Amino acid sequence: MLSHIVRRVLQSFGVLAVMSLLVFAAVYAVGNPMDILVNPQSDQDEIARATAALGLDRPLLEQYFIFIKHASTGDLGRSFAFNVPAIGLILERMPATLELATAAMLIAVLLGIPLGLWAGLKPRSAAGRTIMAGSILGFSLPTFWVGLMLIMVFSVWLGWLPTSGRGPTTNLIGIPVSFLTLEGLRHLALPAANLALFNVSLLIRLTRSGTREALQQDYVRFARAKGLTETRIVGVHVLRNVLVPVVTVAGVEFGSVIAFAVVTESIFAWPGMGKLLIDSINVLDRPVIVGYLCIVVTLFVAINLFVDLLYSWLDPRVRPGEAR
Amino acid sequence: MTPARRVAAEFATSRIALAGLALLALVLLAAALAPWISPQDPYDLARLDLLDSRLPPGARSAAGTVYWLGTDDQGRDMLSAILYGLRTSVAVGFSSTALGLAIGVSLGLAAAWLGGWLDALVMRLADLQLSFPSILIALVLLAVLGQGLDKIIVALVAVQWAYYARTARAAALVERRKEYIDAAVALALSNARIIFRHLLPNCLPPLLVLATVQVAAAITLEATLSFLGLGLPITQPSLGLLISNGFNYLLSGHYWISVFPGIALVLAVVSINLVADRLSEVLDPHERRR
Amino acid sequence: MHRLLRILVAGSILWGLPAHGAELRIGLAADVTSMDPHFLGIAPNINMAWHVFDALTHVDEDARLIPGLAVSWRAVDATTWEFRLRRGVRFHDGTELTAEDAVFSIERTFQVPNGQFRTFTQRIVGKEALDAHTLRLKTATPYAMVPYDLNSVFIVSRKAAARSGPEDFDSGKAMIGTGPFRFVRFARGDRVELARNDDYWGAKSAWEKVSFRIVPTDPARLAGLLSGDLDAIEQVPTADLPRIRRDARLQTAQKVSWRTIFFHLDQQHDRAPGLADKAGRSLARNPFRDLRVRRALSKAINRQAISERLMDGAALPASNLVSPPVFGYAPDLKPEPYDPDGAKRLLAEAGYPDGFAMTLSATNNRYVNDEQIAQAVAQMLARVGVRARVEVFPINAYLPKARKHEFAFAMLGWGSFSGDLALRTLVATPNPERGFGAWNWSGYSNPKVDELLERGFASVDEKRREALAREAMRLAMRDYAVIPLHHQIATWAMRKPLAYAPRTDEFTFAHRFQAR
Repeated sequence: MLSHIVRRVLQSFGVLAVMSLLVFAAVYAVGNPMDILVNPQSDQDEIARATAALGLDRPLLEQYFIFIKHASTGDLGRSFAFNVPAIGLILERMPATLELATAAMLIAVLLGIPLGLWAGLKPRSAAGRTIMAGSILGFSLPTFWVGLMLIMVFSVWLGWLPTSGRGPTTNLIGIPVSFLTLEGLRHLALPAANLALFNVSLLIRLTRSGTREALQQDYVRFARAKGLTETRIVGVHVLRNVLVPVVTVAGVEFGSVIAFAVVTESIFAWPGMGKLLIDSINVLDRPVIVGYLCIVVTLFVAINLFVDLLYSWLDPRVRPGEAR
Repeated sequence: MTPARRVAAEFATSRIALAGLALLALVLLAAALAPWISPQDPYDLARLDLLDSRLPPGARSAAGTVYWLGTDDQGRDMLSAILYGLRTSVAVGFSSTALGLAIGVSLGLAAAWLGGWLDALVMRLADLQLSFPSILIALVLLAVLGQGLDKIIVALVAVQWAYYARTARAAALVERRKEYIDAAVALALSNARIIFRHLLPNCLPPLLVLATVQVAAAITLEATLSFLGLGLPITQPSLGLLISNGFNYLLSGHYWISVFPGIALVLAVVSINLVADRLSEVLDPHERRR
Repeated sequence: MHRLLRILVAGSILWGLPAHGAELRIGLAADVTSMDPHFLGIAPNINMAWHVFDALTHVDEDARLIPGLAVSWRAVDATTWEFRLRRGVRFHDGTELTAEDAVFSIERTFQVPNGQFRTFTQRIVGKEALDAHTLRLKTATPYAMVPYDLNSVFIVSRKAAARSGPEDFDSGKAMIGTGPFRFVRFARGDRVELARNDDYWGAKSAWEKVSFRIVPTDPARLAGLLSGDLDAIEQVPTADLPRIRRDARLQTAQKVSWRTIFFHLDQQHDRAPGLADKAGRSLARNPFRDLRVRRALSKAINRQAISERLMDGAALPASNLVSPPVFGYAPDLKPEPYDPDGAKRLLAEAGYPDGFAMTLSATNNRYVNDEQIAQAVAQMLARVGVRARVEVFPINAYLPKARKHEFAFAMLGWGSFSGDLALRTLVATPNPERGFGAWNWSGYSNPKVDELLERGFASVDEKRREALAREAMRLAMRDYAVIPLHHQIATWAMRKPLAYAPRTDEFTFAHRFQAR
C-alpha cells in the first residue's frame, strides 16, 4: 500500500512538472512574455526593469528555471489591473470559490444519492420515472440559463433570496466564510443550487444504475434467501457497494465544480476565483490568468491524487498494477 | 434481422425516446433550412430598423409582417435570429464532435493496435487532459487564442478528443483478441486496413453513444462560452450569445429576447440527450438487462 | 420558546428583513480595482477615492471648479501658482493637514509604478511649501490649467503613506485621508465599507455607514435595488428606465453627463484599414479624407432614434464634443439632422454612388450600450449604401490597437471639464512635447484650430478663453474633424425616501445622498 501511495505521489509531481512545462511554453514560447507579464501601459524604465527581473533577455532554458523558481516561491507576477501579486489575488478569492463548491457538492450528494437510490429501487414507479426525467432535464439545462431563471423566480418575483453577491463573512480559523450567518446562507443558497444541479442529475443517474446493478448481484439474492429485511439489504449491503464508485466520482467532480463555478460566479457576482478569471480575460490581465492556471492545476492534481488514494483504500479489489 | 434494424426496433419501444428523436429531427431540419424558412435575414443590416426594436411577440412591423416571437434591441426578428442561431449552435456542435471523433478515434485505435510508445504517449496525454474539466481547458485555450469561429472549434475539439481516444482504445483492445482480427492478420492486410475496415466498425456502438452525448455537451459548452463573452463574435451569433444579449432585458419585461433562445437551446440539448440515453440502453451490453 | 425561535428564524430567512438604519447600501456599476488614489485612473477607483480623500480643488455637480482643500488660488506670475490651504483640517488619524502633505502627494504620483496620475502633475517642475498652509507650484512654460489638473491629485497623509504601495492602501494601512468617510474594509470584487468622518471640514454625510457593493452585471444591480438589497444604484440599465419611473417605491435622478460619444475617422492615411469597395478591392483613395463623405456619414445616423429607442431617453444628440453645461460649449451648433437621402447624394457627389465597405470598431464593455450603438450605426450606414462590418473589443484590447491606428472608424467616449481641453486632446495636431493630440487617432490636423487653442490656454481671462474655445469648436465641428453622436445622460435610481443631487461628472457620492 505504501509503495502505491509513494508511486502516486511521484506521478502527481510528474504531472505538475509537465503542466509547468506546458504553461511555460504557452507563455514564453508561443505567446510573447513581454505582452503577458509586463503591463503594456508602462513607460520605458518600467519595461526595462521588468525585463531584467523576469530574465527575458536570457536563453529559453534559463528562463524556464527562473520561472520555476519564481513559481515555487509563489511569485507569478503582479496583476496589471490591481498592481498586487497575482498569487495573493487568487488565494484571496479562493475561500469564496471553495465555499460555493463545497456547498454545491453537499447539496448534490444529499439530494442526488437518496433520489438515485429511490429511482433504482423502484424504476417503474411514477416517482422513479419522474426522477429520471428530471435528471435528464438537470443534465441538459445549461447552467447559466438556470441561473438566470433562478434569479428571476426567487429574487425578483418572489423576493425571497438576494440576487447577487456574497453575504457578510466571519473568520473561521483565519479564513473568511459566509455560511455561519443567516444573511450569508441566504446569499449562498441560489448560487450553490445553480452549481449543484448538474451534479445532482449526475449522481442520481450513477446511483440509480449502480443500485440496479447491485440488486442483480448474487449476494443480494443470498441475503434475501437468508431472510434479511429489505431495509437491511438496501441500507447496508447495496448502499455500501453503490457508494464506493459514486463517492469517488463525486470527489473527482469536485474539481469540475470548482471549474464550473466560473459561470455561476459570473451570473451571481460571487467574488470567487472563477469570476476573477473571466474578468482578467476581459481586461487582459495576463499574470492573473497564468497564476490562476498554475493554482488550479495544482489543486486538481492534489484532488485527483486524494481521490485515487481514497478509491484504492475503499475498494480492496483495486490495487497497484491493476489496469483500470 | 441486421444489427442496425434490431437496434432501431429496440430503440423505438420507448415512447419518450421516440419523442426525443422527433424533436431532434425538427431541430435539425429547422437549423438546416434556416436561410429559407426565416421570415427575415437577421444579419442583413440594411433590412433592420431600429424603430422596430424590442417589439413584443405578435407585433407588426411597418410593412405589415408579423414578428411572431418579437424583436431584439436592434429590431431583428427573434424567430429568424433563433433559427440562424440554432443553425450556428448545431453546426458548431456537430462539426467539432465530428472532428474530435475523427481525431480521437484514429489516435485511440492506432494506440491500441500499434501499442508501444504511441500507446503510452496517447494515453498519458488523454489521461492528463481528462483529469481537467472541459470548461477550464476551453477557457484557457480561448484566452490564449482569442475570439473567432475557428478558435471555438479548436477549443471544442481539444476538449473532446480524449474521450473518444480512450473509449476507442478500450473497445479495440477487446476486439483485437477476437478471431476475425487474427484472420485479417493472417491475410497480411495492412495495418491501416485492419484498423479502419475491421476494428473500427466493431468498436462503433460505444463510440456512437459517446458522440451523441458529446454533441449535446459541445453545444452547451459553446453556449456557455458565448454567454461569458468568450465565444463567437457578434456577427455570427449562436444561441448562447442571443441569450446573453437578452439577459439585460429580462428584468425590464422584454423577456422574449432571452427566454425564447433559451427554450430553443434547451429543446435541442434535451432532445439529443433523450436519444443518447435510449441509445446507450440499447447498445451498451450492461444496460441491456431490462 | 424554541418554537417561537424557529418560527422567527424561518421567517427571517424567507422574508430577509434587510437591516436599515443609518447604513446606506449603494450598487456600483464597475469594479473598483485598487484603493490607491495615485495608481489607476479609472472612474470607479477615482469615485471611491473621493470618499476617503480630498483634492486641492473640487468640482461641483455642474463640473465647475470650486475650492477643496485649497480655499483660494492665484497666479503669482506666468509660471507660478500659489494655493492657500484650509486651516484646521485633520486627517482621519488626527494629524493636521499641511502643505507638506500636498507636496508629498504630488511627488507620489511620480513614484507609484505604472501610476496614471502623473499626467496631471507632469507640468509641475517646482513645488514648495511656503508655510504650513501655503503651497507654491512652478511650471516650465505658462500654463493656466494647474488648478484643473490638481482636481485629479488626491492628498494623502505624508506620515501614513510614506513608502507605501497599493497593497497598503487595499489593506487600509495607508488609507488615511481628509475625506467625508473613513475607510473600514475593502473586499475585492465584492464591496467597500466606509464609516462617517464626524470631524469632516465640509458638509457631513447623513449616513453613519456606507456599503458600496460592486455589481457590474446590469440585471443583477437592478435586481438588487428591486428586491431591497440595495438602497441606490448608479448607471441604471437604460431598458429599465421606463419601468423604474413607473414604480412608486423608486425614484430616479439624472443629469446630462460630461461624457460625449463620438467617432474618429482616419484622415491621415491614403489607405486606411478595413476600407474597400463592396467587391473587396481596395479604393483609390481614403474616402474619409473627403469632407463630403464625412458629412454624409454624419447625416446617415439617426441620432434621435438611438437616443429614444436604444438609450431609452438616456442620451442627448450631440453637436459639440462637450455637453451643454460644460465650459466652451458652442450653443449655436445643432445636432446633424437625420437625412439619408442627402447622405446618398453627397456620397454620389464624392464619387461613391454605390457606397463602399468599411469596418466599424468599438468597445463592448466601457460605455453605456456601446456594442448596441455600434450595431445600430452600422445598420444606419447600410441603409445609405455603406456596408459596415462591426468589430468590438474589451477596452483593454481596444485602446492599444486604436493607438496603433488599426481602426479607420472608431468609437470613443470623452468627458472633459472644458471644450478646449477636449479639443486639445482629441482634435489638435499631435505634438507630444506640448501635450497636444494625445488621443487624436484620426490624425486630423487644422493649424487654425491649434492656434485658437494655444491662445486660449495662454490667456488668464476666462471670458476670452471661452470665446476662443467656442470658436475652435465651431471650426472643428463644421469641418467634421470627428462625428459626434450623443452625450450620455447619467442616471441613478434609489428608494423613494432618498434623494441624490445628480452630477455631470457621473460620480456617485454617498455624502450627497439625502434622506427625505
